[in-house]
Amino acid sequence: MKKIGVFLCHCGINISATVDIEKAMEALKDYPGVAHIEDYKYMCSDPGQQLIKKKIKDLGLDGVVVCACSPTLHENTFRLTVKAAGMNEYKMEMANIREQCSWVHKDKTVATEKAIKIIKSVIEKARLDEALDPIEVDITRKAMVIGAGVAGIQTALNIANSGYEVILVEREPSIGGKMAQLSETFPTLDCSQCILTPKMVEVSNHPKIKLMTYSEVVDVSGFVGNFKVKVKRKATGLDWDVCNGCGLCTEKCPKKLPSEFDQGLGERKAIYRPFPQAVPNRVVIDFENCTYMQSGKCGICQKVCPVKAIDFDKEDKFVEEEVGAIICATGFETYSVKDIPEFGGGKLPDVVDGLTFERILSASGPTGGEVRRPSDGKVPKDIVFLECVCSRDPEHYLPYCSKVCCMYTVKHAMLYKHRVHDGQPYVFYMDMRTGGKGYEEFYQRAAEEDKVVFIRGKVSKLYQDDDKIVVCGVDTLSNETIEIRADMVVLATAIVPSKGIRELTKLLKIQIDQHGFLSEAHPKLRPVESLTAGVYLAGCAQSPRDIPDTVSQASGAASMVCTLFANEKLKHEPIIVGVNEDICSGCGICTVVCPYDARKTNLEKKLVEVNEVLCEGCGACAAACPSGAAQQNNYTDNQINAMIKAILGKGG
Amino acid sequence: MFEPKIIAFYCKWCTSAGADLAGTSRLQYAPNIVGIRVMCSSRVDPEHILNAFKEGADGVLIGGCHPGDCHYKSGNYVTLRRITLLKTMMEDLGISADRLRLDWISAAEGKRFAEVVTEFTEQIREKGPLKKESLKEEAV
Ligand SMILES: Cc1cc2nc3c(=O)[nH]c(=O)nc-3n(C[C@H](O)[C@H](O)[C@H](O)COP(=O)(O)OP(=O)(O)OC[C@H]3O[C@@H](n4cnc5c(N)ncnc54)[C@H](O)[C@@H]3O)c2cc1C
Ligand code: SF4
Ligand code: FES
Repeated sequence: MKKIGVFLCHCGINISATVDIEKAMEALKDYPGVAHIEDYKYMCSDPGQQLIKKKIKDLGLDGVVVCACSPTLHENTFRLTVKAAGMNEYKMEMANIREQCSWVHKDKTVATEKAIKIIKSVIEKARLDEALDPIEVDITRKAMVIGAGVAGIQTALNIANSGYEVILVEREPSIGGKMAQLSETFPTLDCSQCILTPKMVEVSNHPKIKLMTYSEVVDVSGFVGNFKVKVKRKATGLDWDVCNGCGLCTEKCPKKLPSEFDQGLGERKAIYRPFPQAVPNRVVIDFENCTYMQSGKCGICQKVCPVKAIDFDKEDKFVEEEVGAIICATGFETYSVKDIPEFGGGKLPDVVDGLTFERILSASGPTGGEVRRPSDGKVPKDIVFLECVCSRDPEHYLPYCSKVCCMYTVKHAMLYKHRVHDGQPYVFYMDMRTGGKGYEEFYQRAAEEDKVVFIRGKVSKLYQDDDKIVVCGVDTLSNETIEIRADMVVLATAIVPSKGIRELTKLLKIQIDQHGFLSEAHPKLRPVESLTAGVYLAGCAQSPRDIPDTVSQASGAASMVCTLFANEKLKHEPIIVGVNEDICSGCGICTVVCPYDARKTNLEKKLVEVNEVLCEGCGACAAACPSGAAQQNNYTDNQINAMIKAILGKGG
Repeated sequence: MFEPKIIAFYCKWCTSAGADLAGTSRLQYAPNIVGIRVMCSSRVDPEHILNAFKEGADGVLIGGCHPGDCHYKSGNYVTLRRITLLKTMMEDLGISADRLRLDWISAAEGKRFAEVVTEFTEQIREKGPLKKESLKEEAV
């Protein structure tokens, strides 16, 4: 019989407070197969791991069950531990007695009983575990970055500068994301464009980076090291290889539309470049609004184009790319003012959101950097900023903190004051959250030097009265009601995930949290990885954050990709489903359920054959096989049935 | 009070991660359930389920990813078909079909995991123990 070592972890008191370790050890020590049982305060610590290694060597164990936290957390840790002691790593199993036991039950007797059942079932599995060798596969050393805000740009540059090829996919006509729209950035007030555009240009000139803007990922297959991605290259109405970005067409086009880049305050044409520094420097036709596309008349752009680039071609093109790693950096949107009825529902022109105010402040914006309100172009003399709009409001809107609004509101008030010296900015806040290098000092400066009035309180409503916006709120420090007749109001609306994130994560097979932000593999220790191997995360797509945090995480994701690419070969989990040729009749039922076409019936041999590299190990075929010829490595029917028995008290 | 024995099978990617989240959120739920973690809900063979009933389980819970979210593209659709079919056969075998529950619980749904487990436990508690005698030959 196998000699199994069972190692129980107290996890400080996380486990031992509710699971009686001694009692569990007593109940398990004579369980069939158990050659050794031992407990320790922190099994994952170095002494804990040493203890396991020593026992494997001293006692010649050939199976190990670590009873501790979720395998998601430490399966890899303990696999490496046993491997270092010369044992096959697939003979190590974890019994999850923390997340799925000690943390969810308070009664010690009950939790201990349950822990014993869990451990017994895992011992049963370990008794039948076989030594497995990872399947080696080649790696495509090329990465795809989805989303080209500052997060995607940074990731792409880092990977490319390490010598690997990168495809950068962006759904807008230009890269840059939200940072391209910002005026100046806290806490240093350097101009956003000035620090971003050099990076954008570097991307476009980089020999290792292939830029695909106006493009979207529509299909993903394969697995880490070997993904196949189908990208839709949206029709632009012209040939980008011919276009030189001179912009003559955008001057002559007669059709005017609100500019998305300027948050609807400025204008663009039906043929347009989103903003002057766009990368690539190319134009696109907005088919829905182009007169020629709608009525067949006009075509002025085609006439004036000096290089004859315009073809009005509406056909989207699809390209297939093979990559080894994917980084999802799809960023954020802000909660739409239209969806906030108590603040005018988007109907009051002088109540704007933060991004719109960025455009108003921006030297390249619709007002050339002068603070003028949208309705009549007047310079606002009393301006109110509201923080936490839709954030931290679990009853009506979103429960989480959007993290960047405190700081950008301070910035807005400060920049306003720098431009309108005789104006008065008021800020309504819930709590000022200014954690970050130089952030608290920045806030103090706004209050002391720029005389921004900070009011702790919430605004319940606002309405238009003549040419004023009346802001009604309560100062929660003095408990007084406050009414301010303002010329303009800026709402720091919540940061929400970008549109289409759900569909994209389905394609990538990665998880999102309840708010739609990307889930990381571990909130502390694996913050830039998804749970799907080979797919990484960067930027606000994961949760709200500012530029310094975005850039650090983007570099982190890039370094994970480089680490992956530094491997000679990739190791594919060997928990695949083979075929027992003695039993298989070649019925082919298993081939029908396989999602990866890994199984093929060989009609001549009357056998099913398996492509081990394609098999992802879901086990669907094993459950379908009527004869038991298809068994999943270390998840065999015998193992599952033995686990069932053990849980129901009939094991051993 | 009758304490039902319930076996759960759940996939590593969604439901087991949801169960872990219930743990990290320190949600409390009925302790009657013990889970077996498989790679995908589609690994669960109807025979495993019948076996669990035969060995003394009063209820069986299968947890997988929401439709469209299965880590292996289509595994949970296979599961759905299998479980639907098995349920129609269970009555003939002397096991009432509502002793088997299939639910989609994502990695973000720790709260739902706790609720489903507690609700299912109460439901089985009300039904009482699965009487061995009533199990027809084929099931045993
Ligand atoms: C009003 C305001 C002011 C701010 N001021 C500051 C400041 O002063 N200092 C500071 O540090 N931070 C500031 N921030 C925060 C800063 O904007 C973010 O940290 C930063 O922009 C995040 O970059 P990102 O790349 O993660 O996201 P984004 O900039 O949103 O980039 C994401 C990109 O992905 C693209 N994309 C989305 N979905 C897809 C898809 N499915 N396929 C392809 N492409 C896709 C988008 O088009 C976009 O280009 C401010 C934020 C706001 C709202
Ligand atoms: S386990 Fe079976 S069904 Fe799943 S991928 Fe492998 S061969 Fe296909
Ligand atoms: S992986 Fe969860 S149901 Fe398939």
